Amino acid sequence: MKLLLFAAVFSAATLIAQTSTGDAANGKKLFLRDGCYECHGYAGQGGAAGARIATIALNPQGLIRYVRAPGGQMPAYTDKVITDQELTDIHAYLQTMAKAKPVKDIPLLNALKK
Amino acid sequence: MARSKKISVDRRGFLKGAAAGAAGAAAALVAKPEAAKAQDAAEVHRPATPNPLPGAKQTAAETAPPPRVDVWTTDRPGSDFMVDVIKTLGFEYVAANPGSSFRGIHESLINYGGNKAPELLTCCHEESSVGMAHGYAKIEGKPMLIMAHGTVGLQHASMAIYNAYADRVPVYILLGNIQDGAWRRSDVEWAHSVQDAASMVRDYTKWDDAPVSLGGFAESAVRAYKIAMTPPMEPVVIVADAVMQEEPIPEGERGRLQIPKLTLAAPPAGDYGAIKEAAKMLVNAESPTILAGRVARTPEGIKLLVELAETLQAPIIDKHFRMNFPTTHPLYGAGTIGSADVLLGLEVPDMWQNTHTQTPINKMGMESKRITKPGAKVITIYAGDLFSKSNYQDFGRYDEVDLAIAADAQASLPLLIDECRKLITPERKSVIQARAAKLAEVSRRNRERDLADAAWAWDASPVSTARMAAELWNQIKTEDWSLVSDLTFVSNWPGRLWDFEKPYHFIGGHGAYGVGYGAPAAVGAALANKKHGRISVNIQCDGDLNYAPGVLWTATHHRIPMLNIMHNNRAYHQELMYVEDMAARARRGVERAWIGTAISDPNIDYAMMAKAYGMYSEGPIDNPNDLGPAIKRALEVVKKGEPAMIDVVTQPR
Repeated sequence: MKLLLFAAVFSAATLIAQTSTGDAANGKKLFLRDGCYECHGYAGQGGAAGARIATIALNPQGLIRYVRAPGGQMPAYTDKVITDQELTDIHAYLQTMAKAKPVKDIPLLNALKK
Repeated sequence: MARSKKISVDRRGFLKGAAAGAAGAAAALVAKPEAAKAQDAAEVHRPATPNPLPGAKQTAAETAPPPRVDVWTTDRPGSDFMVDVIKTLGFEYVAANPGSSFRGIHESLINYGGNKAPELLTCCHEESSVGMAHGYAKIEGKPMLIMAHGTVGLQHASMAIYNAYADRVPVYILLGNIQDGAWRRSDVEWAHSVQDAASMVRDYTKWDDAPVSLGGFAESAVRAYKIAMTPPMEPVVIVADAVMQEEPIPEGERGRLQIPKLTLAAPPAGDYGAIKEAAKMLVNAESPTILAGRVARTPEGIKLLVELAETLQAPIIDKHFRMNFPTTHPLYGAGTIGSADVLLGLEVPDMWQNTHTQTPINKMGMESKRITKPGAKVITIYAGDLFSKSNYQDFGRYDEVDLAIAADAQASLPLLIDECRKLITPERKSVIQARAAKLAEVSRRNRERDLADAAWAWDASPVSTARMAAELWNQIKTEDWSLVSDLTFVSNWPGRLWDFEKPYHFIGGHGAYGVGYGAPAAVGAALANKKHGRISVNIQCDGDLNYAPGVLWTATHHRIPMLNIMHNNRAYHQELMYVEDMAARARRGVERAWIGTAISDPNIDYAMMAKAYGMYSEGPIDNPNDLGPAIKRALEVVKKGEPAMIDVVTQPR
């Protein structure tokens, strides 16, 4: 599942993260079952094929709205293939993902600073 | 040309008599027309009445020394002359999976030719032969010779030839074939023969010929080399008739055979008036931007592109088809198509795709929007405009541009740079210099963003492609290295983290995106790097390797040093994403997209595979902390002149 270009779609006010009411454990199963990792990575880190979604800034309703009518190359996922509750669970799982460490704390990357 | 030391009986004449005799014997079983009866009278040998004891004549025949005239052998087969021709063309290597239709040349290459210049490379698949030649040419700048059956071998080779064609890479293909049906000894030889061998690949080769004499072979072989090396460079095919290979060089031709002198054509530079116009547009632009496709054919091409970019202070958007521009330069990646008011496309095969949005897969139908800003002008310098074919569609959509220059971009750059310099007034110079500082700041921010992005999933398992690239860079950065694989499937991480500066630091991509290119191209490029003592690094996709993994054995057998890092995401991942897209569009079964796309259950053990081919290997590695030490150990093996592989279980992209 591809989630792209959130920032371009929603205003800053709606992007404020809210407490998720989903089931993160079930969200993890759905994340793998429905193939979210294919474009966004197992850690939600994003890459050439999809945006970063780890610790996503959208709230659950924002995520649902985006998934139903996404921008970029991501296909639309209707409630027939993934329900609002399932997306809420995925949202909860995304909130549990690890954030990136600062570059200065990763010697291999810190050495690449110009 | 070497000359024959002795003259043999013409085997063609000998076999003609034998064949006629056999035909006559078979014909005795059926009613025959008068002409056949006449052949019988002339040809059929009728044995005398059997005698249980040998007579004096027979005893003498069996005990006497053999006759002086040797009718069974020749020391001057036609294939020797073909090897003479091949040697004049300067091939270092010839790659082949052995085949009977070119056994004559095979034998001549290894014995008469001494298996040197060219040296024979044993390949396990013709796709590997051509893929190796493709990668070799990317480093060496000249073709490798490959040999294949005109039928089954060429069928195997065809996808790789198409990749080379779309990538504008010279590959020299020599096909074996028995053109004359009367000379085919068996059903195998009939099945391996073809009326017009090159027709199978004529749509995606530049030129071919099937010469019917040795003199014709020499001329066509030299002509083919010249054509392959003239931009746009492309694969060429010469068919070597098997009878011509195996039969002695005809008496009448021995004194007359000659090999024409090879003179490569100078690449075509752009029309002077058009170049002047392009220079005027670029110098007067506020945001000139250069889109680099297959620009740099030689190391000089990189220098020229740097010179042009610095003269104009124009950012470079690199398509990564070639090592075009140093990634460490402040103008690298510092611009966008959308911000350009004059966009210069250099050897870009499909400008339309670069100046328009792709139709999103989440939309039914087709929709594309132009992404250049209103009024922006587009200039192209493209050798592809000098050579077009119609069937295969790699030429892309018709480009609506403002100035199209049909020429080789690298050859046109010196004139374009000179004309730009002439037009830069003091006023324009100050504008250009002001632009430089802004672009350098963009470049600096890009670098910061790349490093911050790489930090995500740093400790994740499977290993992130960013971590894999960073661990590799940490080990090779002090070596004389060469990346002999593409960037596409690893989210371009080496391109974002490594310092690409030298011409051999990168070989570019597939051409036609035909999967199966990666492994053989890497081996071929590593072979070209071998004599320079470079450390070749291949980030190898798992799906790609499984097309023809025997190329690992070729690398081991020929002691080709290279560090192979498996990007083992256990799927044909691009297709997995596409099937997922289709399922979402159809509103059903998104959880089933793995069917037919996953490469798991069982997981393939690539370390064991490499070991089976005689290659040092480690893995599978799924803990990122284990990767650095493993790379270090493998690198020690590579430095000793051997290939090595580390199987890394990776994130999808």
